[in-house]
Parts: sequence; structure tokens; C-alpha cells
Amino acid sequence: MPLPSTMTPIATATLTSSASTVAFTSIPSTYTDLMLVLTGKYTGVDDSSPALRFNGDSSSNYSTTYLNGSAGSATSARESNGNTIYVGSMSGDQSTSIAHILNYSNATTYKTVLSRGGHTTYRVRAYVGVWRATPQTITRIDVYGNGVYNFDVGTTLTLYGIKAA
Amino acid sequence: MGAISLKYKSKSGNLTAPGDVDPGAMIPIATVLVGVGGQSSITFSSIPSTYTHLQIRLFARSTAANVAGGVTLQFNGDTTGSNYYSHYIQADGSSVASGPNANASIHYDISGVNANASVFGAMIFDVLDYSNTNKNKTSRVLGGIDNNGGGRINLTSGLWSSTSAITSIALAPFSGNFAQHTHAALYGIKRAGA
Repeated sequence: MPLPSTMTPIATATLTSSASTVAFTSIPSTYTDLMLVLTGKYTGVDDSSPALRFNGDSSSNYSTTYLNGSAGSATSARESNGNTIYVGSMSGDQSTSIAHILNYSNATTYKTVLSRGGHTTYRVRAYVGVWRATPQTITRIDVYGNGVYNFDVGTTLTLYGIKAA
Repeated sequence: MGAISLKYKSKSGNLTAPGDVDPGAMIPIATVLVGVGGQSSITFSSIPSTYTHLQIRLFARSTAANVAGGVTLQFNGDTTGSNYYSHYIQADGSSVASGPNANASIHYDISGVNANASVFGAMIFDVLDYSNTNKNKTSRVLGGIDNNGGGRINLTSGLWSSTSAITSIALAPFSGNFAQHTHAALYGIKRAGA
């Protein structure tokens, strides 16, 4: 008998109208990690990153460190005490970002997010972020654009659950 | 705002008979959860050769006196340093560094005791063609820890100069031990038609 597979698609959102945010709600706690795959673009040209918020927590419980490669240079920056975690990269051209949320359902530790993303016009990035709210299972993820432009029609977000042995 | 109610999506695809289950391509092999007292290393052994690639997903903290520190990756019990080589690019929030680790397979980062309590590092290791006896083995790692004012994000690659099929993988903090609540999961990734 084959072993049970993992990396199960939980939900997919393909935008038929532009949206400033997309929410994944009622996320089951039965997986080990979550993976969010985001492909698409903004409705305008603005070189910035999508961002995640968990369980509706809008407090300053988030921080992100990133590595950026663009225009022939490699740079790094950080946001501390923010109200979202930045992931991936997006602009007015097609881009892809993948965010991994490890051990999202344990109620013992803070949640760490790894992500990579890029778009051909501007840059490639890698991020690490942490959500420092009282340890809790993630049941909701809000995905935000950059606050200037919306996610454009055709942008696709897929949330996967990955279950360990 | 677009709100998406979750529906479970079946992966079964085209089933040929009732009860058939598509096993998919990413199969969980083994999991280690570090208990009270910690442990010096995590070893996955007796790895079957039936997959094409392996992935380890590590969520970890060490007992080392640092905010962020590396993890060593060794295969088949081979502790000979000259059989390994790794490179990294590393960003700490203000600057970017890169370099080699000669004669070592060191990948970055997990948190240490100087990180804020409850902060754990995360690393995803990909080992491609692990059972191919015609190739030396390559690992690719994305990892890091953010400490709200500290921490690092890293991309590393590693080489094991051996064409042996990988049957065991050992992970260990570069210094200290893995702390309680560290979690490591090994997955096999199948090729088409397997």
C-alpha cells in the first residue's frame, strides 16, 4: 500500500476582479507546515512585496529580514515591530512568490516564515520573518498587496498543507 | 477584500477503480521531535532508495550562545571534512556576506539561546538525485531566523563528494545541541511514473 502523500492543496483563489487582500480562513490544524504559492501581479507598477497577517493580529508582532538582488547589487534590510510579514516580490509584471510557514499548528513557539520570490523587471528576494504573538495555531492568513495597487485579475494564490510522518 | 472559504481539494485525479488513491509525489518518510533535555544531533537512517529527491524541513533552536547559528549536514556517517564543501550568501538586515566553507557542509541558520524566547529558525534542505550512483550529491538550503531586530536569511549550497546512494542524513547544530521543541521532517519526492 502506498504511503499517504502530503502537500495537499487546501484552497486556491484565482482573482476574477482585483483585490487589495485575500483571506484564507478556517485553516485546518491537521498539517505540519503550510506553503503559500502566489503568482500574479499588481494593477500598477510598484516594486514591493506582498505581506501576510495571521489570525487577524494587527499588532506590532511581526518582523522580517530580507536579502535583495537587483540592479547589479545585493542588499539587505529589516523591518522590526511591524504589523505584517513581507514575503516574496511583486510588481506590475508577472511574479512568483512561495512562502513556507513551518510548524504553524504548534501552540508552543512563535511562527517563522521563509519565502522567496521575484519578478523579472526588478529583483529577486529571500525573506525570513517571525510572528511573535502568544504561541497559537494559525487558522487564518490574510495576504495583502502593497497598499498602493491591488492584486490584479488572474492573480492566483494556493495554500497547501504539508504533513510530516 | 477577497475572502476564500476553504474547501478540501482532493488530489485523486483520474482514478481507475473505486478505492484507488493517488499517492502523490511528496511522501513523508520520518519525523523527529526533540524532547526535554535536547539532543546533540538528528539522524534519519535507513532512507529508502525509491524516491528521486529528498527534502528536510527543519524548525529548530540550539543551546548555543548565539542569536543565529549554522547546522551541519552529513551523509552516510561520513565525517571526513574534505568530502564536503559549501557556499553561502547571507543577509543580516543591513549587509550581505558570502563565502565558502571549505571541508564542511554548514548551512544557516537556526536560533540559539541569545535569541528571544520562543523564536525558532527554519530551514528547508533539498537533496537532489540522492540515490543516483553516477553523481556526487548536491544540497540546496533556504534558511534563517528573524529576531525582531536581529537574525539572518541565507541561501546555501553544499557538496558531498561521493557517488554513493544516500541512506542516512545527520543534522547537528554547528555548536551546542538541538533544544526542546526542535522538529525535523524528512520527505521523499518521486519522479513521474514512479
